[in-house]
Amino acid sequence: MDSYFSIFFTEVYKILFLLVPVLVSVAMIVWLDRRVWAFVQKRRGPNVVGPFGLFQSLADALKYIFKEIIIPASSNKLVFVLAPVVTMTLALISWAVIPFSEDFVLADINVGILYLFAVSSLGVYGIIMGGWASNSKYPFLGAIRSAAQMVSYEVSIGVIIINVLLCVGSLNLSDIVMAQQNLWFVIPLFPMFVIFFISALAETNRPPFDLPEAEAELVAGYQTEYSGMMYAMFWLGEYANILLMCAMGAVLFLGGWLSPIDIFPFNAIPGPFWLIFKILFLFILFALVKATVPRYRYDQLMKLGWKIFLPFSLFYVVLTSSFLLYFDLLPGK
Amino acid sequence: MIAHSVFFYIFSLIAIVSAVMVTVSKNTVHSVFFLILDFISISCLFIMIGAEFLGMIMLIVYVGAVAVLFLFVVMMLNVAEQKGQWFSSRWDGGTHIPVGLLVSLIIFFELIIVIGGWKYKPDLLDSLSINISTEVTNTRSIGNVLYTDYIHLFQISGMILLVAMIGAIVLTYRERAGVKRQSYVKQISRERDEGVDLVEAERNKGVKIDA
Repeated sequence: MDSYFSIFFTEVYKILFLLVPVLVSVAMIVWLDRRVWAFVQKRRGPNVVGPFGLFQSLADALKYIFKEIIIPASSNKLVFVLAPVVTMTLALISWAVIPFSEDFVLADINVGILYLFAVSSLGVYGIIMGGWASNSKYPFLGAIRSAAQMVSYEVSIGVIIINVLLCVGSLNLSDIVMAQQNLWFVIPLFPMFVIFFISALAETNRPPFDLPEAEAELVAGYQTEYSGMMYAMFWLGEYANILLMCAMGAVLFLGGWLSPIDIFPFNAIPGPFWLIFKILFLFILFALVKATVPRYRYDQLMKLGWKIFLPFSLFYVVLTSSFLLYFDLLPGK
Repeated sequence: MIAHSVFFYIFSLIAIVSAVMVTVSKNTVHSVFFLILDFISISCLFIMIGAEFLGMIMLIVYVGAVAVLFLFVVMMLNVAEQKGQWFSSRWDGGTHIPVGLLVSLIIFFELIIVIGGWKYKPDLLDSLSINISTEVTNTRSIGNVLYTDYIHLFQISGMILLVAMIGAIVLTYRERAGVKRQSYVKQISRERDEGVDLVEAERNKGVKIDA
């Protein structure tokens, strides 16, 4: 029993060591997103609170904490309160399997990539619950839109993951990174990387696929009835999910914690920093897309997911597997 | 070991309670939420016995896809009202209770047979031709069996699913009149010359469009 509790407390310590940086970086990433967005549009963006406006997100969080939480009288109260909690929790628990370096990973499980995929497919429930429990038209329409969109793009993300797994021969995330020691998968699987990036935009409800919260049509979509800290939790969960998608892209295609070239000045930098660089790179791409591309129409979104991405990534699975089979490169005999 | 059994009982308790709540709760959407909770705790049990692949697939397929579709149907159609109708005596289509009782009795006896089967479990494990080794991950061992010994069954079940999917589409598809379709090619290839028309408008007369 004693050993059980000591294990328990070391695990809690490790979890805190991972989660606190993630939460702080989510706050920073919101600031970065707004800054990049502003620079593209020749504005300054948030630059008043703290140096370069770095503490803007903290000020916002303070504001949200002190705002009143309004729960609509006709809403389904339990589900209404649970929805942001579910969103936030699901966004955070996926970080458990992300490998930051060879020995710095919270849970090095055999089916790491499946776990990531499963948890990100659960993310849709926070949105559906929020939209349904609000008992109001706009949130409900937003939730339905979002659910259909996320389910559609998950399918193509799943097929893209199969492409990577064919080259690795393991579902473990550390194995996926180690398989890229000679060649990052972004080079042989470049079309898949592009599709993964676009699907990740759709999966996280980012512009140009932010139809669930299209303010011109649906006010704020599923978040319309939320206020104060509950709204902030939706927001935090959304950005944590975006960071997670960037981390997933970095691990699957950009070689995770590996340095680009294995020579002195590069391989002296510790692995976690490389992973953070890659996550930031992908995130800045996300922000640039948000600043430059107009919103899609809903039928175009569905057409892109089902009629273009899905057939193409299925075709690429056949291509990858026949290539590996023909040149006898199949991993793990 | 104590921690293991504590977690086992927690997950089983959640699974059983939520399974009961699925049938008991009045609100149909709540039923689906309890069903999801049930799926999640069952997949936790799968992970606890070391079948992490099955647990994850359960999460992805049932919770991530099937239950979302359930929610869709339940939210869009007013199932709650219909349910009330079916079980009330005033519904003229006859009551569903006798049929429901028959089905539940059959399932109950099947469950009894399954529980009885546990008695033969040790013999069954000995007679298995597959040797289960703890060395390889269970994803790999499932793959080794599924794509070699049982490849035909696997392919046939895939075919059946495909046929079912096409069948469902064919059954529900109806040609509707007056649906406006958009062609991207047509939209994109529109030029300025055909889209814009420069007209000299006479004063106090206006312009006739669509002439």
